[in-house]
Amino acid sequence: MVNTLMLIALILFSFTIVIAVYRIIRGPSKPDRVIALDMIGVNLLASIAVVSCLLETKAFMEVILILGILSFIGTIAFSKYIERGVIVERRHNR
Amino acid sequence: MNADTIVEYAAAILMVTGGLMSLVSAIGLFRLPDVYTRSHAATKSSTLAVLLTLLGGFLYFWALERFISVRLLLGIIFVFLTAPVAGHVIIRAAHRSGVKLADISKKDELAEAKERLWQEQERNRLEKEMKHGSDG
Repeated sequence: MVNTLMLIALILFSFTIVIAVYRIIRGPSKPDRVIALDMIGVNLLASIAVVSCLLETKAFMEVILILGILSFIGTIAFSKYIERGVIVERRHNR
Repeated sequence: MNADTIVEYAAAILMVTGGLMSLVSAIGLFRLPDVYTRSHAATKSSTLAVLLTLLGGFLYFWALERFISVRLLLGIIFVFLTAPVAGHVIIRAAHRSGVKLADISKKDELAEAKERLWQEQERNRLEKEMKHGSDG
């Protein structure tokens, strides 16, 4: 029963990821796509937690932390790119 | 049915609630009209979904083998800190790069405030130039 509930949660998360992929392909503007990417990262994190409970292993905990950090940094880098056109700013007037 | 089983069921129900929340945010991402409203759906309820699911995982491991997973707690704290920041930053970038609002929205107060600030700065600059010119 517990496993069935976890499987249901996993199916719901994958459905969300499918809808976010639709938004990435369709999305009219660049920030739409970045928001959908961020949401895919966050949902992947949650589904990895569910998988780790389903398999009753603790091996995936680091994956959760690393994926959260990488998703956050990716979103910040994309937003800097959208805002200024560059990711790493250099000072030219030295 | 002992206490651990009850905690396991509670963890599984928390996970299913997280899945439902994430489905709500997916519906918002699918149906809302422009990027600003979509970010509402994508940031808030998605964060709630992840928090519920990670809390469920934490409770599950605690009930299963009395294991307090600090990494899951750190994940909860980290998602809770970074998801609103990421949403804010990406929406600021969207507004600065000039993404249009939806047609049904009535008013863009941030753009009006920026316009007012710009006009004020321009007026100050002109006044300073006039004063400078009359001095010299």
